[in-house]
Amino acid sequence: MMRLILALALALTMAAPVRAAIEIRQVTSPGGVGAWLVESHDIPFVALEIRFRGGASLDAPGKRGATNLMTALLEEGAGDMGAREFARARDALAASFRFDVGADSLRVSARMLSENRDQAADLLRQSLHAPRFDADAIERVRGQVLSAIASDAKDPQALASQTFDRLAFGDHPYGSAPDGTADSVQALRRADLVEAHARVIARDRLYVAAAGDITAQELGLLLDRLFAGLPETGAPMPPQSDYGLPGGVTVVPFDTPQAVAVFGQPGMERDDPDFFAAYVMNEVLGAGGFGSRLMEEVREKRGLTYGVYSYLYPMDLAPMMLGQVASSNGRVAEAIEVIRAEWARMAQDGVTQEELEAVKTYLTGAYPLRFDGNAKIARILVGMQMDGLSPDYVTTRNDRIRAVTQEDIRRVASDLLQPDALHFVVVGRPEGLETPAN
Amino acid sequence: MRRLRNLLVLLLIWAGPATADRVTDFTLDNGLQVVVIEDHRAPVTVNMVWYRVGAADEPPGVSGIAHFLEHLMFKGTDEVAPGAFSRIVKAQGGSDNAFTSWDYTAYFQRVAADRLDLMMQLEADRMTDLRLAGPDVETERDVILEERNQRTDNDPGALFREQMRAALYLNHPYGIPIIGWRHEMETLSKADALAFYDTYYAPNNAILVVAGDVTPDAVRDMAQTHFGGLAPSDALPARVRPQEPPHLAERRVMFEDPRVAQPYLMRSYLAPERDSGDQGRAAALTYLAELLGGEGATSFLGERLQFERQVALYTGASYGGLSLDDTAFNLFVVPAPGVSLETAEDALDKALAAFLREGVDPALFDSLKSQLLAAEIYARDNIQGLARRYGRALTSGLTIEDVQAWPDVLQAVKPEDVMAAAHDLLKGGNAVTGWLSRPVAEVTEVTQ
Repeated sequence: MMRLILALALALTMAAPVRAAIEIRQVTSPGGVGAWLVESHDIPFVALEIRFRGGASLDAPGKRGATNLMTALLEEGAGDMGAREFARARDALAASFRFDVGADSLRVSARMLSENRDQAADLLRQSLHAPRFDADAIERVRGQVLSAIASDAKDPQALASQTFDRLAFGDHPYGSAPDGTADSVQALRRADLVEAHARVIARDRLYVAAAGDITAQELGLLLDRLFAGLPETGAPMPPQSDYGLPGGVTVVPFDTPQAVAVFGQPGMERDDPDFFAAYVMNEVLGAGGFGSRLMEEVREKRGLTYGVYSYLYPMDLAPMMLGQVASSNGRVAEAIEVIRAEWARMAQDGVTQEELEAVKTYLTGAYPLRFDGNAKIARILVGMQMDGLSPDYVTTRNDRIRAVTQEDIRRVASDLLQPDALHFVVVGRPEGLETPAN
Repeated sequence: MRRLRNLLVLLLIWAGPATADRVTDFTLDNGLQVVVIEDHRAPVTVNMVWYRVGAADEPPGVSGIAHFLEHLMFKGTDEVAPGAFSRIVKAQGGSDNAFTSWDYTAYFQRVAADRLDLMMQLEADRMTDLRLAGPDVETERDVILEERNQRTDNDPGALFREQMRAALYLNHPYGIPIIGWRHEMETLSKADALAFYDTYYAPNNAILVVAGDVTPDAVRDMAQTHFGGLAPSDALPARVRPQEPPHLAERRVMFEDPRVAQPYLMRSYLAPERDSGDQGRAAALTYLAELLGGEGATSFLGERLQFERQVALYTGASYGGLSLDDTAFNLFVVPAPGVSLETAEDALDKALAAFLREGVDPALFDSLKSQLLAAEIYARDNIQGLARRYGRALTSGLTIEDVQAWPDVLQAVKPEDVMAAAHDLLKGGNAVTGWLSRPVAEVTEVTQ
């Protein structure tokens, strides 16, 4: 099959990427609410993504878990409807609303059919403006949250992440799980939920994106239908968080056959001029799945894990660089040793020209493929707004990837990657890792 | 609140119906079936090769070999070096992966539409030309053992569900986990993998599904060019697995593990799957799962166990109609704090009896019906999802016509069909009921 070999050789040099075929419009409603829109009338529905910046980090002092419980209750009764009436009304419209909260934002993902979009929006408006926080709903959902907290306490993955966060950020909101603790959640009262709602659901931290079967004018009206009358301001954002975790290993003893390790060090801000160089570097190091150095060294060559990866995690109040691996108790020490060595090798030598070209081809070629579907487009658009990007980013992003040089990466890798600052939290019964638990 | 935390995620998988528009299919002379799903909204295509073979087709004693082979399919051919497959795809800006179930093994790439030709070339190459080096096989066996650790052995809920399934199936290999039993995985060899490959990987045992910004004519030309020259197998085994005898006895699975934070109970019934030309009962069971245990705030179990009484934190039901042989219908109850599994099971039994007595809530039934129609609209937003829908159906004994008839079959279901299916399913005396809990000594400890 000579033909195949020839084609493969050509393929490696001929990958000129397609351009992202989307047109982003910035829409402002009559009432002054802004949103980004990609119109697409092929399928009769619209995907809507709504964000409120701050999320669970806006919990009032002593009220850890209030924003999370509040968010979970938004669909549990609103206006003159109880939880069941609300669910029936939503289902009768075949609309879908998903509410979720994390450390940096409260997220609402909605899908609405064109045929009943206004009615669906009215319903969603109720859940955002007038959640009831009925006593029975609070107790029901509190029980669910407490169950989740108890489950996390026995889940090696959650234990590792939560331990890492606590060690890195201490008393800052980033240092604890948005769910709160069993004690803090038990102590929450209805007034705390009303307060949490007022702290987060406000105009000054609102971001909206829409994609699908809706015109700019229709979207303007929809925005006011959803958000008119929302309070102007929420609670002030918490301060930047100081990452306080030196390099090392922390073992959390837990009886399970496979140890789970979360590792990390300080990262880089999203708006740092070197962010693209760091991003490309990390794609070679550990973000790229198959072909990344960590995956090659830890999985493909040694069979030590099913998956290993590293990623830049520029949270709003603390940039981090994190990673994860899971390996049998008897082998995890070797996996950690290999990861540390790869961290050091990248810091020392950067990437080869061949690696750089391969990863640029991948990143620039893959980017336009992200925009296939209303739901995906709306998610990307709202994320861009929260990252402070402009709509033309979709056309300039690949040029910025292409502009990264080997020298950029050498410089950034040697500044950013600190093998001595890398800290591993290992949950399990790892052999050959002697550090005592905290 | 719908965040169920890795406990009941399975419940949310809604095996919805398909759109009839813009789907073309044809078969090459060597038996390769081709399905083209057009969607020209974005310059993207998904290229999938589905083999009509999965874990339930494995010979006895080598459980996990179908999945192990899936991993080894990335370990090289004469032309493509070990591990190079994914690198070539990535050099095109594409991504790729593969997955294995009881009834199928599938490989896919997601690339710009103008790179499709090369993807087909790569898939055709490894359909018949796999070359494995011994050390690669040994290393990859360690990888699948770590995968089993990660998916199953580190998660008491996964171990429990594995035991439940093994108890449900008395004779059919659906009772064996896809990833394999650990003691058998540890002995899987290169020879086992190649024997399975030689038996089942051939164009007349495969389906090419291409979805996205493509035309049927172009796909036909490319498929002919790359797959057309591959010889069909004349020794494909008939897909006949040992079938289930009548289930005549109640069975119980009591699984205890100190890592359990949230006890729950699960009940499994053997249930008919979607059969070609005869999908009516499966459609009724699809409604039944939603009516009993769909949306918590409206479903029968949710109303009775979560709202009217606070017996449960969560309730749920799942039914997977896409299956070559008899499938499972499952119910779940996660008890509220202080409620024993015994009390929860008693409440479940009473609720099921009440459902059989009271019948279907007509308003909820109508709402479900329109949601199923809407699900078709939402499904069109995800081409990879559509491609999977066809691949799964065609490897599970259904035809394209069955897939396209399914929305109408669902719309034709009547409340009395659902109740007939419910009486049949829930007649009693033949289910598997399982409790996942902590050992007693641990339960009395103070929660940390």
